[in-house]
Amino acid sequence: MYRREKSIQIKSSASALYNNLSVLPIAEKCLTYFTVVHCNVVNMVSASGDGLNFSHRQLQSKEGSIAASSSLIIQASWCVLPSRVLLVLTSQKGIQMYESDGSIMVYWHALDIPETPSAEAVFARGIAAATTLGHYICVGTSSGSVLVFKIPDKGANIVLSEVLEEHRDPITDITTETSRSKEYIADIVSADDSGLLCIWKAGEDFKLLNKIPAYGCSCSSIKLWSGIVIAGYGSGQIRLYDALSGVVHAEVNAHARWIYALDIAPDSGKLLSGAEDSLVRIWKLSKSPESHSVEIEHQHTECVTDVQICGAKFCDPEGSAFAVTGYDLCEIIRYTLV
Amino acid sequence: MNDIITTMFNKTFMEELFKPQELYSKKALRTVFDRLAHASIMRLNQASMDKLYDLMTMAFKYQVLLCPRPKDILLVSFNHMDAIKDFIRDSPSIFNQVDEIFRQLIEMYSNLPAGEFQLIRQTLLIFFQDMHIRVSIFLKDKVQNSNGRFVLPTSGPVPYGTQIPGLIRMFSYNGDEMKKCEFPNGGSYTSPLQEGSFDLYGDRILKLGTNMYSVSRPVETHMSGTSKSSASHAKENAAPNPLAKEELNLLARLMGGLEVKKTTGSESGFRVNLFSTDEEEEEAAILRPSELSYQFINIQATQDQQSNEELARIMGEFKEEDPVSLSPCSKGDDLLAMMDGLL
Repeated sequence: MYRREKSIQIKSSASALYNNLSVLPIAEKCLTYFTVVHCNVVNMVSASGDGLNFSHRQLQSKEGSIAASSSLIIQASWCVLPSRVLLVLTSQKGIQMYESDGSIMVYWHALDIPETPSAEAVFARGIAAATTLGHYICVGTSSGSVLVFKIPDKGANIVLSEVLEEHRDPITDITTETSRSKEYIADIVSADDSGLLCIWKAGEDFKLLNKIPAYGCSCSSIKLWSGIVIAGYGSGQIRLYDALSGVVHAEVNAHARWIYALDIAPDSGKLLSGAEDSLVRIWKLSKSPESHSVEIEHQHTECVTDVQICGAKFCDPEGSAFAVTGYDLCEIIRYTLV
Repeated sequence: MNDIITTMFNKTFMEELFKPQELYSKKALRTVFDRLAHASIMRLNQASMDKLYDLMTMAFKYQVLLCPRPKDILLVSFNHMDAIKDFIRDSPSIFNQVDEIFRQLIEMYSNLPAGEFQLIRQTLLIFFQDMHIRVSIFLKDKVQNSNGRFVLPTSGPVPYGTQIPGLIRMFSYNGDEMKKCEFPNGGSYTSPLQEGSFDLYGDRILKLGTNMYSVSRPVETHMSGTSKSSASHAKENAAPNPLAKEELNLLARLMGGLEVKKTTGSESGFRVNLFSTDEEEEEAAILRPSELSYQFINIQATQDQQSNEELARIMGEFKEEDPVSLSPCSKGDDLLAMMDGLL
């Protein structure tokens, strides 16, 4: 079904962090960009379509006026907006936004750090773009707040427009509606350490549409597709919910360990899951319009021997190729459909 | 043994450890480790100390990485504590010290949510990143591959709180179970074992953190084949740390609580050599790639610290002492006893 391709070597190994791989396909240039976080550095590599040419760049975490900091980066992700693409980095100190190729930093937001270290860690985690009624980038924090930044079409005039205070536990992941259809009301879903999911509508003032309660497990990765929330949990389970009503469509006993990454291919409804159990699985979601039900079936499993998966992403909207990273691994492993 | 445990569980040192703080740098941890190793009349020279440190680091990496659920790192610590308590069960004053710390651990960590434990685990894994030193006992037991990576089995019991993968349940809009499907999970998993105990006494169930040496075996670590990882290892040590001053202050506070035992004329210290012969040890010291040598932090007494006489005395004692060699014949047994004790 899928065949393993030649891996892309990266300058340093991937850290054990949720959703530790971001992929940006640039169709016009026949290039694909990848980012993988290693401690206080983001490894960026751009790969040519023929798989023969690679170029590398490293971005460092920032701390106030110090250009290169030892503070740990928690997540790096591209945010695709209609007018521009920004690369967002979240760390223990704040949020950095770069132009998509990582060449120029356009914005820095410092987190509130207490004077003396408290028992709770401070960091930002969870990155997603929203494009309804304006262009926004949402970033989560360890206090449970979701920061909403308003993004202009170009330039550095980015402002913090709103702070959403609904979660009480550290944010783990934030996602945006990935289907191209405009019919879905819910724009953004945020998840936290306790497993609580919040469903939002974007705009000048974000509106909370629904709260899906935790069932007892931490939720580490979420996706939103065609009004369906897909959540990956620490128990190894994947659950599908209706975003607006919270009704459970499906429960999948998917993995034997904590799930670290999920991704959806919006044009085909394929779902990718990666976990600490060293397995990557492909699933297929389908909606039955008459019965309003959603089905999920297992399609394929790949075992990355002795590697705890920490990042997994499709490389195209159809899901004909995907890439995977693992803790302590200095390569991005790729697979293509045969 | 009593000396090492008494020093390790010293009140001041423990108070420092329990404060909220960042992960130690590799240099800082090695320095603390050296201090602890020299807390008794035991002495190790550079090569043996490096080897001991490698062994302990890789063993702990193995334990943290293989934890089925993040909260299990606490059970690993409890296994360590149970073993320590067993060593000093006949010395009431030290026993009470250890017991008190055990209670503090339980109080501080038992109710931490799973997400927080995962963050702690992820942070610890950052410390161990890119370390692939091969350990003989791990290679023999097939828990480590020849490339230094640990084996992650796709079989055995799933963690407590996880279901065996393979089942998909789909529901209709009103919540009724509509369809059930199974898929091949690609492994041979079994039901979870019962949850280990988080009380002061109890069956921890988890084997990680228990004595690796329950069967007597020779112990070695291999330096060859680690060149790829050593490059990034060296780079990390060389990068300027803007928090270096903070770190030195922390270390100075920690050192204040750690007394070094001085060997007097009448009481001869004993030297531990982790290699089979003295010659091998010397050779290992010469051959060890420089990028894999651990750097020590040399604490210079500052204006403020000089006023603390005790601290100045301890810092003065930080220099390596000339080892007093024991006769080689009983080295093997002493070595194993040390290994049992320290792991």
